[in-house]
Amino acid sequence: MEPNKMEQSPGTIPDEWFKWKGKDTDAAETVARPSLSYWQDAWRRLVKNKLAMAGLLFLILLTLFAIFGPILSPYEVNKQDLPNQYQPPSSDHWFGTDNAGRDVFTRTWYGARISLFVGLMAALIDLSIGIIYGGLSGYKGGRTDNIMMRIIEVLYGLPYLLVVILLLVVLGPSLTTIIIALTVTGWVGMARIVRGQVLQIKNYEFVLASKSFGTKTPRIIRKNLLPNTMGPIIVQMTLTVPSAIFAEAFLSFLGLGIQAPYASWGVMANDSLGAILSGNWWTLFFPAFFISFTMFAFNVLGDGLQDALDPKLRK
Amino acid sequence: MLKYIAKRLLIMAVTLWVIVTLTFILMVTIPGSPLNSERNTNETVQANLEAHYNLDEPYYVQYFLYIKSIVTFDFGPSIKQPNQTVNELLGRGFPISFELGIITIVVALLSGIILGILAALRHNGIIDYLAISLAVLGISIPNFVLATLLIQKLAVDWNILPPATWSSPAHMILPVIALATGPMAIIARLTRSTMLEVLTQDYIKMARAKGLSPWKIVLKHALRNALMPVVTIMGTLLAGILTGTFVIEKIFAIPGMGRYFVESINQRDYPVIMGTTVFYSGFLIFMLFLVDIIYGILDPRIKLHKKGGA
Repeated sequence: MEPNKMEQSPGTIPDEWFKWKGKDTDAAETVARPSLSYWQDAWRRLVKNKLAMAGLLFLILLTLFAIFGPILSPYEVNKQDLPNQYQPPSSDHWFGTDNAGRDVFTRTWYGARISLFVGLMAALIDLSIGIIYGGLSGYKGGRTDNIMMRIIEVLYGLPYLLVVILLLVVLGPSLTTIIIALTVTGWVGMARIVRGQVLQIKNYEFVLASKSFGTKTPRIIRKNLLPNTMGPIIVQMTLTVPSAIFAEAFLSFLGLGIQAPYASWGVMANDSLGAILSGNWWTLFFPAFFISFTMFAFNVLGDGLQDALDPKLRK
Repeated sequence: MLKYIAKRLLIMAVTLWVIVTLTFILMVTIPGSPLNSERNTNETVQANLEAHYNLDEPYYVQYFLYIKSIVTFDFGPSIKQPNQTVNELLGRGFPISFELGIITIVVALLSGIILGILAALRHNGIIDYLAISLAVLGISIPNFVLATLLIQKLAVDWNILPPATWSSPAHMILPVIALATGPMAIIARLTRSTMLEVLTQDYIKMARAKGLSPWKIVLKHALRNALMPVVTIMGTLLAGILTGTFVIEKIFAIPGMGRYFVESINQRDYPVIMGTTVFYSGFLIFMLFLVDIIYGILDPRIKLHKKGGA
């Protein structure tokens, strides 16, 4: 920038030809790469994870089939047709028929409705209770936190499925009871995660800055704390759903959950226990396949989200 | 350490009390008396029966008697199975379930840890991908689905192994595989990820610089630290295996405690349900306590700083 300091040598461009035009302020302010919000960045990383995307695609398809699948089929879900018992899969019955001649294709999608409904409701209820309880405990801290955590520790020690079974025995098996039973102790995990996050984040400078502007506590919780705990919360939710789906199938399989003749994957698997010995594999295969793949899809999606939402892995 | 044990002991006692009281409240709130049955009994007989089971006493007396029966470990007679006490059912079923549980845990731990180590050592290699796929599959397939698939393929189609009961080692293979696969997958995944983390630590580099053989490094230095998270989740895994025995015993017709439990639920045999629930919970809560203590012994850091909250 200081031409007189440079020595002039033959064959080079004379220094006078250069002129300092001043700083291009616009160019200096342009960001070379498009700026990504946290969510855009997380999404970009999730898309790169092929297994997680396959899981997401499977779940979207499953949801669509759960909604529209029964419309595609001319059969009713609980309509018995005893002469057509144990028909192998064919163009009439795509997934075959079961021990009472019911169409397995139709029943599979009804089962999907129940599984997805139970999973999502359990996750949502866990989320609501967990956020309130964990948020309060973590934000208040001190004595309140101590007492609230002792309660959690006791609840955490309760055997989850045993409590659920006990409640089902008393309340009688139904879809509502299953969801209530699953969430009675299920929210504890979510509350622990939210509390841990809040406890950590509430000491960060931006929260202090917000406080020094006189922001009120509910607003701080809503605007500062919760958005920053969303990552682990979403991951926990994607892991709650498969465990709720498993629990429903498990209980229905034991005869405690959804009751026959209603179609749930667990009921269908239980109904076909006798059938596989006689070689009617399709009655078990379809519910088993969909339980396993739904759980698989949620698990890989959860793993993918965990990696995508972790700020430490941000590139 | 003593203070830590005392604190855990206290929490264990409270948890036990909560489940015992919850069981009692649920038992009392069930509509109708457990003695109502299809048979018509005249009023005197009904009153005598109620007196026999102390159902005519006020709730607080019933609660006291109930606590007493639990403390003295006497769960009373079964309602549906005549001349059988809950204790007899437990005494017959528990040893078999315990055997199934122990074998399952040993198999799951050994195979899970070995799989996890191999995957971590061959990070991003074929073994790693195989182990990870196996682990995700193992977590996703419910144990009752796996059990039925195993019976269909190995017992019915190929006729290699017996499909049911619990009478010889060959009979044990299928139930144990069905029950151990889930926990094995979880252990393998956890061992792999912590192992990968531990292997980047400075003391591993140090050990390598000293010229130790890779196996010695893994077994003596890395594994000890990589296994700590496995110890932490042992409690949850035990609970999973325990509830898993319900379905596995049902499917394989194993005469264990889980099968009595499921039968008692289907028959609404309340004393058996309550007795087994309390027994299971007590057993499980005690196991969680043991796991916590073992963790405290293994992890020297726990003695230094107070464990707050979590």
